[in-house]
Amino acid sequence: MKRRTFLGGAMAVAVAGHGSRALAQQPPIKIGMSMAQTGGLAGGGKASQLGIEIWRDDINAKGGLLGRKVELIVYDDKSSASETPAIYAKLVDVDKVDLLFAPYATVPTAPLMPFVKQRGLLLMGNFSFQVNSKVGHDMWFNNAPWGPADSWASSFLDLGQKAGGKTLALLSADQEFAQNLVLTAREVAKKRNMPVVFDQNYPPNTVEFSSIIRALKAAKPDIVYVSSYPPDSAGILRAVNEIGIGDNVKIFGGGMVGLQFAAVMSNLGSLLNGVVNYNTWLPEPSMYHEGTKAFFDVYTKRAVEAKVDPLGYYLAPFGYAMGQMVEAAVIATKSLDQKGLAKYLRDNEHKTIVGPIAFSADGERKESATVQAQFRGVVDKDVEQFRSSGKQVILFPEKMKTGNLISPFEAARK
Amino acid sequence: MSNRRHNIAFWAGVAVFLVAVLAMTQIVRNEYPFFAGYVILQFIALAVAWSILGGYAGYVNFGTNAFFGVGVYTAVALFKATGAPLVVQIAAAAVVGMLLGFAVGLLTLRMRGIFFSIATIAVAIIIETFVMNWRFVGGAAGIQLQRPAVMAPFDSYVKMLFFVQAILVVIAVAVARYIQNSRIGRGLQALRDDELAAECTGVPTLKLKLVACMISGALISAAGAPAAMYLQYADPSSAFNLSYSVSALAMSLIGGTAHWIGPVLGAILLGSTQQLLSVTISSEVNVLVLGIMLVLFVVGAPKGIIGLLRPRYRLRAGGKP
Amino acid sequence: MFSMDLLLGAVVLGVLLGCFYAAVSVGLSISFGLLDVPHVAHPAFLVLASYGVYQLNETYDIDPLLAGLAITPLFFLFGLLAYRVYYETFEKRGTDAGVRGIAFFFGIAFIIEVLIILQFGVDQRSVTATYIGKAWRFGEYRIPIRQLVAFAVALALTILLAVYLSKTFMGRAIRAVAQDEEALRLMGANPVRIKQFAFGIATAVLGIAGALLIIVAPVEPTLDRAYIGRTFCVVVMAGLGSISGTLIAAIILGVAESIVLTLFGASWAPAISFAMLLVVLAVRPQGLFGR
Repeated sequence: MKRRTFLGGAMAVAVAGHGSRALAQQPPIKIGMSMAQTGGLAGGGKASQLGIEIWRDDINAKGGLLGRKVELIVYDDKSSASETPAIYAKLVDVDKVDLLFAPYATVPTAPLMPFVKQRGLLLMGNFSFQVNSKVGHDMWFNNAPWGPADSWASSFLDLGQKAGGKTLALLSADQEFAQNLVLTAREVAKKRNMPVVFDQNYPPNTVEFSSIIRALKAAKPDIVYVSSYPPDSAGILRAVNEIGIGDNVKIFGGGMVGLQFAAVMSNLGSLLNGVVNYNTWLPEPSMYHEGTKAFFDVYTKRAVEAKVDPLGYYLAPFGYAMGQMVEAAVIATKSLDQKGLAKYLRDNEHKTIVGPIAFSADGERKESATVQAQFRGVVDKDVEQFRSSGKQVILFPEKMKTGNLISPFEAARK
Repeated sequence: MSNRRHNIAFWAGVAVFLVAVLAMTQIVRNEYPFFAGYVILQFIALAVAWSILGGYAGYVNFGTNAFFGVGVYTAVALFKATGAPLVVQIAAAAVVGMLLGFAVGLLTLRMRGIFFSIATIAVAIIIETFVMNWRFVGGAAGIQLQRPAVMAPFDSYVKMLFFVQAILVVIAVAVARYIQNSRIGRGLQALRDDELAAECTGVPTLKLKLVACMISGALISAAGAPAAMYLQYADPSSAFNLSYSVSALAMSLIGGTAHWIGPVLGAILLGSTQQLLSVTISSEVNVLVLGIMLVLFVVGAPKGIIGLLRPRYRLRAGGKP
Repeated sequence: MFSMDLLLGAVVLGVLLGCFYAAVSVGLSISFGLLDVPHVAHPAFLVLASYGVYQLNETYDIDPLLAGLAITPLFFLFGLLAYRVYYETFEKRGTDAGVRGIAFFFGIAFIIEVLIILQFGVDQRSVTATYIGKAWRFGEYRIPIRQLVAFAVALALTILLAVYLSKTFMGRAIRAVAQDEEALRLMGANPVRIKQFAFGIATAVLGIAGALLIIVAPVEPTLDRAYIGRTFCVVVMAGLGSISGTLIAAIILGVAESIVLTLFGASWAPAISFAMLLVVLAVRPQGLFGR
């Protein structure tokens, strides 16, 4: 253990002359993060990391930041909350990184929030949900398109109500992210005086959903809001297909994690048809911005050798966008000063490959850009079909809309 | 050598250890050693506490995660309800852990071998399910906590937690050492070698088992309690993670269970290897190393590290420390 | 929420689920129940089998059940090898095999997990077959055909094993070695060879069980951890080594889970099944159908 180290507090990084100096002469700018390489979040974590790595390679090809090379330091957090505090302490105190990116997902991020607040460090969030709501750190910026907490559930319920839905069923995994989603759904339903006729949390590692779906069907709901995790999402859709869900259901889906990943989508194939589910990026005409196409050209090639999600729509472009935002802030402020960067990030709108991003005071998106899209015309066992537009028609937000809801659910499944 | 001299040497060692830890918190500015060191100390406490039941008595507790999680959530509930200070949280966790140990011991009084282990798995799953459905402490969604201000002489909360965990290690080791050298330890050893024979010769096996369950449970829960403030966050799947059970078992066996120093050495070796690997190789290879180390040690060194270090001197419970 | 209709449906689905649980536990009933090997890597072997089935299904488009059957010889050999290693390192040396045996198998389980990750990545995998995704209609009821397939195969598998162990010479020898090793030795048989063979059978069965696992639901590399509790729960509740008991205990577990999932709070399902196990252990430590 190093006994003689300096600087326990904030990282003050002196930025010496920038510009034309050769890259090799200056120490690199180090960006530190942990990322799930093992455990339940590893699939997403690895894809997200590839997105960030592509950004790093792009920026270094352009000559780096402030004339310095960008270097990533990434450690495995095993998808667990208990690993991240030690890892980020190492990143900050030993590796002396210049900037911090958060790990993928909420659980590993949650223990970091008090730490970065206390140290006054900028933290770029990576798809966590409402981790800053109680901590109130003013140097936190989440790359995820979630927006205000209740926008997720309300956009889905809007779609359902427009289709004539009056009653609601909630089915949720008894795990952290899914529980947070269903909590907001309950609140929104209460505000709108919408009766909840079925409300169940199923435990992790549930094998068989037939019995739950039978019970749900018996409650005869109009709108079915599901927040589930990857293994369960597949199980639920299978059971729905086999057991049936009833003719009253106008709209089904909402918060199913897993239906964004290529492996799951190609497994389920035609079972996906009709499901309306959240997403972050889709190959629809309204989703392309400057650099988006070029990014996916590179990603598609590199995903094969990295053995990660071949499509990479869900996380990878947002990893890249996270890099772009930092890049813009560093170039604009010509420094690595954490406060200055945070101020720039809060005050400006940022152009990224996933569209313009602006933050509200809590560091979440000002407006929700979480897409609700309906699967259509999906066939079995074909990953490539998801690269073409029209397979997932965007219903929300209005700005990106590419089609209208087909309802009821049973009709949309055909 | 007399027992008395051993006692003096032991307590002198303890004093040196605690002073060194305290001095470290005052001198070292860099916080990383405390973050990583806290985790290693926590594993030492867990392994030593586990081996009181698992090593001395030979009852393999798979439910280390149950006791750990109960410690965490006792602290969370108490902190949320009353804002109780750290010491109270830990003490309460120890009491709750002891009660849980009593309940588990009572329930499994007549179970032996793997049946006991399976019963402890069941207990862990049941308790985790309860916590998941307990909205007050956040349920399955988890809960974020705000640390109170740090107390003097420490300048950061993590340093304080590091020192507190060091004290918990000392308590665990002192208790384990006391048991090992006392009549309880010899009774547990007899119970482990041949429970029936021990019962026949008048060893109060049921009572001893119950006592070992309670002590081990109290110490594990106490070691888990500060984790709430360390992470400033708690969620059931992290707090009741099966890896605590596997680690406690693996560290004890790798170190050797016949003497209290075994789990200490095992936890230091495995704990620091894991900390090191998570910031070096940092991939699935990490899990592979744990697997290979476990297999290598149980196959190649049946008596653990202490068996390797002192092959001729047969360390047994009840032997000299 | 309560209705007779739902209850009936829950019981039917629970029986189907229970038979599936029996299929994934029956190998453990031999290796742990009869042979006393603390085989915590059993679920890891199971998941490994599922990945084998997945590979055959993906590359050669073989039906998952046939693929499961195809890998059984391989798993039989794997079982022989695993027992040999276990015997040489633990049973032969005697004392304290229990604790270290558990640690040994945990180590093996971790190694298998990582090897699967390195080969297949962390994404979940599933198979395709004509009977996956369809339902059998019976009036208003609909029952997933994959569940019926799993049910039928599981039932056949357990009955076959029960008959094998009670009617054939080798089967009886295996039962005998579990009860009195010394007597068998005196009769001139080699108990180690018999045990090794039995462990081979217990592992071979996992080929089929692994196929059922991936037919019923997708698999991912660390799925084995979820099945440690379930499989041991079934075997212990049944009473060690009782094959027919395994079937009944698994059905009880399946029905209990299904009823809780349908009629009460689904989130309480794991607590209910493991509370049942605790009660059985406390009241009748030899299991429901133990000797």
